[in-house]
Amino acid sequence: MIQLEHVTKTYPKASRPSLDEVSVGIEKGEFVFFIGPSGSGKSTIIKLLLHEVTPNQGRVVVNGRDVTSMRSWKIPNFRRSIGCVFQDFRLLPNRTAYENVAFALEVIGKTKAVARRVVPEVLELVGLGGKEHRYPHELSGGEQQRVAVARAFVNRPLILLADEPTGNLDPDTSIEIMRLLDRINRTGTTVVMVTHDSNIVNQMRRRVVEIESGRIVRDQARGVYG
Amino acid sequence: MQRLKYVLSEVLVGLWRNVTMTVAMIITLAVSLAMLGASGLMYLQVNSMKDFYYDQIEVAIFLNNDVTDQQRSDLDNALKSDPLVAEVIYESKEQAHEKFKTMYADAPDLVNAVKPGQLPESFRVRLKNPEQFQQINDKYKNNEGVETIVDQQRLLDKIFNILGSVQNMALLAASIMAIAALLLVGNTIQVAAYSKRREVAVMKLVGASNWFIQAPFVLEAVVAGLIGSIIAFVGLFLGKLFLLDGSLRDLTELLTPLSWADVLLMFPLMAGVGALVSAVTAWVTLRFYLRV
Ligand SMILES: Nc1ncnc2c1ncn2[C@@H]1O[C@H](COP(=O)(O)OP(=O)(O)OP(=O)(O)O)[C@@H](O)[C@H]1O
Ligand SMILES: [Mg+2]
Repeated sequence: MIQLEHVTKTYPKASRPSLDEVSVGIEKGEFVFFIGPSGSGKSTIIKLLLHEVTPNQGRVVVNGRDVTSMRSWKIPNFRRSIGCVFQDFRLLPNRTAYENVAFALEVIGKTKAVARRVVPEVLELVGLGGKEHRYPHELSGGEQQRVAVARAFVNRPLILLADEPTGNLDPDTSIEIMRLLDRINRTGTTVVMVTHDSNIVNQMRRRVVEIESGRIVRDQARGVYG
Repeated sequence: MQRLKYVLSEVLVGLWRNVTMTVAMIITLAVSLAMLGASGLMYLQVNSMKDFYYDQIEVAIFLNNDVTDQQRSDLDNALKSDPLVAEVIYESKEQAHEKFKTMYADAPDLVNAVKPGQLPESFRVRLKNPEQFQQINDKYKNNEGVETIVDQQRLLDKIFNILGSVQNMALLAASIMAIAALLLVGNTIQVAAYSKRREVAVMKLVGASNWFIQAPFVLEAVVAGLIGSIIAFVGLFLGKLFLLDGSLRDLTELLTPLSWADVLLMFPLMAGVGALVSAVTAWVTLRFYLRV
């Protein structure tokens, strides 16, 4: 499902590579934590998978497609098979929860009728039933992140990427978001989650890939944070 | 349909969000397009004047005072059988004097000073191709009885050269204004893209196609270009109505009249150039600014 092969990424003007000869494979339906100290290159992996940045060396294969050599006009369509959640939610402040999720559908060409059918469904799934018409500033941080998860999942992507989705949330709320991602994973969606939250990693007992200064130092099937 | 409605409402909101900038952009677009239209009209005008005047152009072959009848009729025959010549008219000393009198009727002193017989007789020759004056000149200037050969085209060429440089100045001014207009278009589009950066980021993230992200901005520029060309057209229209057909009437009567059809013809030109150039500018700006 996801394959990094000897990937090296050095940002322009950077003195040392942010990722150095990284190779890792992720199967369909897996749940993988990426952990490591700040600046170790975790977000860079997410950006590579989204084709926001391109590697200097090596190959990135997602859904059987070589992202490295993908023509730029194919990228939008490619991104529709990937859902994304970030630490800062990235919701549109002047749109309600419903509209934020519907926006993601409408801009890829789905009709309003389709949105009316699937958006309430997915908002129900993330536990926001009844709060569809609240604006982001009328929702708690955890609720806002649920909207973001709903938006990422509404298109039923094959892969969900989450870059520190609980970074701005308190421990209890973090656990709830974590349960949500776990549920999404159980529908068959591959989930890649970058996190600093040892609590969550230790509770979940899923595969853990640890990165330090751009290299993989540990890859454990039922790992702990440690 | 759904998408079209979305895009159109985005365009109107976008133009309204930033009214002062939009107005500045539309005014500069209108001025540069009006200048473009004016130089286009001048171009059409100069061409129709050329057609008109070059058609009437003559070469005058003035004869010596002591020309003999033999020399005169030889020259007449030679000209009439010359393949370069379309028409030959003989003008006697008396006819020349009559013409002179009518031409300077409002300067009696001048007319009185010139006695009949002082003005030379001449052949007025219309060439099949007015450009071939040099050949005629070479052929006949050494004929006996010929004093000088004068080409009226020289004179017209001077006039048209002046008109041509006026036209070039107008085009130059139009291009300088156009640069200002393009910078404003680019800037407006940047501001628009900045004010919608969150939406654009989300659109990119969820995989909206590039054209869908860019279309509202590009259309915004196109609409501004079209509005600018409408204003420019109204400007040309009023210019013809009040200047050419109004206060400058005496001047314009000297020239061939400018037809409404020509003015109308400038509208598609200005609208096309305005819309296309704004669209390309917006698109290029977005490529740099949004990197989509
Ligand atoms: N756009 C960029 N230009 C230059 N260097 C960058 C850029 N983005 C990241 N880096 C560098 O690459 C390295 C890895 O960055 P990355 O964002 O992947 O770290 P991270 O593991 O996500 O850290 P954190 O846990 O703090 O989010 C860092 O040293 C960072 O300074
Ligand atoms: Mg990071």
